[in-house]
Amino acid sequence: MNVFWSDWSAIDTWIVITAALAAMACALPGTFLLLRRESLMGDALSHATLPGIVLAFLTLHAAEHAGWLTPSGLAAWRHPALFIGAAISGVMCGLLAELLQRWGRMEPSAALGVVFTSLFALGLLLIRTWADQAHIDPGCVLYGNLEMVIADPIGQTGIPRAVAINGGMLAVNAVLLLLFYKEIKLCTFDRDLARSLGIPADLVHLMLLAMTGATVVAAFESVGSILVIAMLVAPPATALLLSDRLGGVLIGALVIAAITAGGGHLAALALPVMLHRWAGAAEASSVSTAGMMAVVAGGLFLLTWFCSPRYGLLRQGLDQARLRRRILSEDILGVLYRLEELRPHAVPGADNASLAATLSVVPWRLWRAVTDLTKRGWIAAGGQGVVLTPSGRTAARDLVRSHRLWESYLAKHFVLPDRRLHQLAEAAEHFVGPKIQEALAEELEQPVRDPHGATIPPSTSAS
Amino acid sequence: MIATAYVFAATEWARVFLLQDYNTRVVLCGTMILGVASGVVGALMLLRKRALVADVASHAALPGIGAAYLTMEAIRPDSGRWLPGLLLGATISASAGLLFAQGMRRIRRIKEDAALAITLSLFFGMGVVLLTWIQSLPTGHAAGLNEFIFGKAAALLASDITGIAIAAVIAVGVVALLRKEFCLLCFDAEYAHAGGWPVTGLDLLLTALVIVITVVGMQSVGLLLIVALMVLPPTSARFWTERFEPLVWISGGFGGAAAMLGVLLSALVPKFAAGAVIVLSGSFMFALSFLFGTQRGLWWRYRAMSAAQRQIALDDLLRACYEILEPQISSLEELTEKPLTQAALLETHRWSPARLRPLLRHAELADLLRRDSQENWRLTANGRRAAIQAVRYHRLCELYLIHYADVPLLGADRTADAFEHSIRPEILEQLETMLEARSPRLMIPANPHAPLNPMVGMPESEAVS
Repeated sequence: MNVFWSDWSAIDTWIVITAALAAMACALPGTFLLLRRESLMGDALSHATLPGIVLAFLTLHAAEHAGWLTPSGLAAWRHPALFIGAAISGVMCGLLAELLQRWGRMEPSAALGVVFTSLFALGLLLIRTWADQAHIDPGCVLYGNLEMVIADPIGQTGIPRAVAINGGMLAVNAVLLLLFYKEIKLCTFDRDLARSLGIPADLVHLMLLAMTGATVVAAFESVGSILVIAMLVAPPATALLLSDRLGGVLIGALVIAAITAGGGHLAALALPVMLHRWAGAAEASSVSTAGMMAVVAGGLFLLTWFCSPRYGLLRQGLDQARLRRRILSEDILGVLYRLEELRPHAVPGADNASLAATLSVVPWRLWRAVTDLTKRGWIAAGGQGVVLTPSGRTAARDLVRSHRLWESYLAKHFVLPDRRLHQLAEAAEHFVGPKIQEALAEELEQPVRDPHGATIPPSTSAS
Repeated sequence: MIATAYVFAATEWARVFLLQDYNTRVVLCGTMILGVASGVVGALMLLRKRALVADVASHAALPGIGAAYLTMEAIRPDSGRWLPGLLLGATISASAGLLFAQGMRRIRRIKEDAALAITLSLFFGMGVVLLTWIQSLPTGHAAGLNEFIFGKAAALLASDITGIAIAAVIAVGVVALLRKEFCLLCFDAEYAHAGGWPVTGLDLLLTALVIVITVVGMQSVGLLLIVALMVLPPTSARFWTERFEPLVWISGGFGGAAAMLGVLLSALVPKFAAGAVIVLSGSFMFALSFLFGTQRGLWWRYRAMSAAQRQIALDDLLRACYEILEPQISSLEELTEKPLTQAALLETHRWSPARLRPLLRHAELADLLRRDSQENWRLTANGRRAAIQAVRYHRLCELYLIHYADVPLLGADRTADAFEHSIRPEILEQLETMLEARSPRLMIPANPHAPLNPMVGMPESEAVS
């Protein structure tokens, strides 16, 4: 790592700060887009702002041409005008999509698709037709010019303008969210309830849209559209896998956005060197910082998807494996109990091989379950292989009681073939607790025999 | 001088529209085939509610292009821009992207749109990283790779058309062969699954078609245009038909037509970039469909709505006429004989004069009211019948509300106003039975708000006395 740290300079610090501020500013409205299922809005807005930018540019130049603006005035007006043009066309994209949805009864994503492709094409046409001499480089819109933020400081302070713009946007978003937190939350989760309580849901939606538009536009110039698209969705989605509360998701999204910015820049510095060593490429190569940040954002999401303590794949897999093991153990108990019931005078128990064949599981899984049961003291070695201990017999009786009660219940209320009764009960028996057992027994008036004629063992808790 | 200009313009138009230009012919052919194919496939995606999958696929193809370039360069320098290799890379990475998005739908918290957006940003980010790296390589002649983003519609070659045509034939052929299956998939995937159709397989096939069209289209017309061609034609077609097969073919037709219009326009005006103009032609068609489409178009809906509103207003007018005359008459036949002043009408229903005047004119045209010699209004025979009908509807509804829905007397009038116009004759019959108002003397139930007015609804002899 020393290689990169030695190269680290004030420029890198400013790059990370700019990107982090932009990413955090995007993460706030992005959370609500995600919850409203409008995540593709970022992609749409990044295209739809083009005609606004070009029109603002053309207007400025027309004004200069007509003599209303001096060249120095032009330079001063350039940023605000482009910002306003982009914001207007971004908000218009959202509104048009909404209008198509309502009046044309279109599906949201289709409406969005129609609007943004049309607006982008309009922008392209305007560039090619009237603004060919303009220096609007599509590549610059795409990748941003993060690497150059330091070149445009405010006055003598040395603070890049992009830092001020994105920081300001973050502050505005945060203040708006804090002021209208309750309203926005309610409108996001239950629009109809909000309306009936007298909250102007349409107005709140419009505010969110304007917030998104302004944030996105502010971020575009410094970090490029690719990073904006990523930052609107990836950090909030990552945070959503970690928290169940809106506040938690918002804070998580902010933190993850900041981490992404730092990690992305580090990776952008590290990758070319690594590639250089690995592939023997030439030294003078670099990769897009913004693109790398988008990749890191996606990578963090993937990582969370696998490792999230509550919703992660790993956790799900572990839970499932544990459940499977419990079911297998219980099935073994059931088999041993039924064997005792069937042949009360024979040598009790069964060996592993016959158990595995009966339950059709692979031997090593059965072996693990048997070891587990032995450790818990429910079965012990003896008889033909393993036999139930007294405590194991109690548990098994409980299980078989659940099974047979469930069968009786199904037989009473549904017309099903006998075989099917057994299959359904086989699946349900593991999830019937004492309460349901009691309710079933009451419903069936304390039955003693199941539909196949076998005895339903008495309740263990009662005896 | 002007004549020369005209002749020049005419030859120019002839040159374009008679396709004398080889380049125009090639471009027209390629984009039209692509337009038809993407329209057909796009229609299925729209119905499957995945209109923007093409957008994600096209962005996700980018890292594949970069990786393919690097791989081919590593194997043999200067072979990096071999097209089939690049297309293969694009296809693989687009498929990987869509599969990734598909897999993400297993997380219940991440909805489809978020899954698509995350995929898009992740893959596009990787693509940008790879492309910027390639561009910074001293050996990188990556100029051709940018074509995939911005397209080169105006510079299509005859060799490109072969690829487009093969992809299009495959896509349209598959859709034509499996139209019944796709129809089922689009409208009721769960039923299809329950019926034993391979839903997952069909979905994968559809996704594969989208990827093929997207990748081929990206290379020739650019990332954005192919997305537009997948979205605009089907959404336009949706305004013209409510049936599955017509939708698919109309959508294909729109795609072809948009491509044709765009190419011809861009050939006429030198500065118009073909890709953007094709999209805008599609947008223009969409706007036309949105406004004038026969099934859901705004104009027809507006027409139907205003016709209904006029009918409601006429009903209200006739009812007002009846209610003004009600105290003055002893039998329903007298309705046509009494004059109505405009002032009385204005007072009864709180119309503004500006609103009442056209209404009266409509009523006159429809032979419901006529002007008498004193410039007052009178009901015609037609108008009498219609007025009786309107009052009957209104009062039956009121009675129903009062007796069965526990609406207070004062509210009944307003509430009945709101729904009396939309009840159908069968329901009216039921109301009559319910209210035992079928006897001929009860042609009109008495006004519940004036229970002491004995005129109508009572035996005529008593009413007169």
